[in-house]
Amino acid sequence: MSEHNVHHDPHAPADHDDALEGHIVSPVVYIVIFFALLVGTALTIAASYVEMGPWNPIVAIAIAVTKATLVVLFFMHVKYSPKLTKLTVGAGLFTFLVLIFMTLSDYISRAWGRW
Amino acid sequence: MSDSTLTHADHAHAHPPYQRHHFETMQQQVDATGFAMWLFLLTEIMFFGGMFTAYLIYRNWYYPAFVAASHQLNIFWGSLNTLILISSSFTMAMGVWSAQMRKQGALVLCLVLTFILGLGFLGIKTIEYKEKFEKHHVPGAHYSLQSFLNPDSDAEAKAAGDKPLPLDMARHTEIYFSLYFAMTGMHALHMIIGICLLGYMIVRARQGAYTGGHISFVEYFGLYWHFVDIVWIFLFPLLYLISRHQ
Repeated sequence: MSEHNVHHDPHAPADHDDALEGHIVSPVVYIVIFFALLVGTALTIAASYVEMGPWNPIVAIAIAVTKATLVVLFFMHVKYSPKLTKLTVGAGLFTFLVLIFMTLSDYISRAWGRW
Repeated sequence: MSDSTLTHADHAHAHPPYQRHHFETMQQQVDATGFAMWLFLLTEIMFFGGMFTAYLIYRNWYYPAFVAASHQLNIFWGSLNTLILISSSFTMAMGVWSAQMRKQGALVLCLVLTFILGLGFLGIKTIEYKEKFEKHHVPGAHYSLQSFLNPDSDAEAKAAGDKPLPLDMARHTEIYFSLYFAMTGMHALHMIIGICLLGYMIVRARQGAYTGGHISFVEYFGLYWHFVDIVWIFLFPLLYLISRHQ
């Protein structure tokens, strides 16, 4: 069972299940994450103008993954969600990685360059 | 509106009017619907994942063609679109908060802002697509290799300092544009669907549908909208920022 940070709104009827609105994340958190995303965007644009050889795509993906993680954890409330939700997101990530890595390993081990 | 006791005779238990009868408790309904929404988003991840995998492989095979083709994209519009979508995710998150806090005016404002930002994104995409059509960079019968065989004839290629590509590599730029239109087109379709749903939600929010405790629609639409934002967060560096340092 998930824990809920019950916010008692004085205007809500007393007999109503306020707890079921879930953990209410403060707007301050959203503002902080918003600015973090803006910084990440600026970083990724700046980094694309710097010659880093094979590290360029790695840095770009790393920044994108960080931004996506912030969106998933905070904007999508996964950090405050029940374990079932976290497990589901993890399962999706796992399947996506299988798609990418197994497909790549197939190509690399067989037909690379023979197009 | 928020009666927790039902008036029809069969009920020995009390529950909010928006609890469906196949759920024992409201908590179970919330857990189940959240799980279902995430399962849908997982299918979406795999859907876009397929296109990202194709992109990954072709970019590695035909890297010079992908670099040259990506220089045709305008970083200003791409960055602006990224800022617009991140802002719209923020306004959407604030919308969910407003629904949770039962602030109807704030909720409507947040939904309207998200709606406007979404339209702004699509407007910029239209500008970009129009340019592709005009320069014959749309894959198909009218695709032109001129910009890549002779970079000096093309303003963007010249500005990026591109060298002419050999013919076979130049032809591979069409694959880049196929992926560009497939991925951004599918993303834009998701934006259009989201904007239509936002329109519906604005009408319903003004009727007080989401500020009586039943915030599910707003919350789960928020998940969808954030997901669409995440897809763009990956599309932007992969399509626009392949190599701007050469």
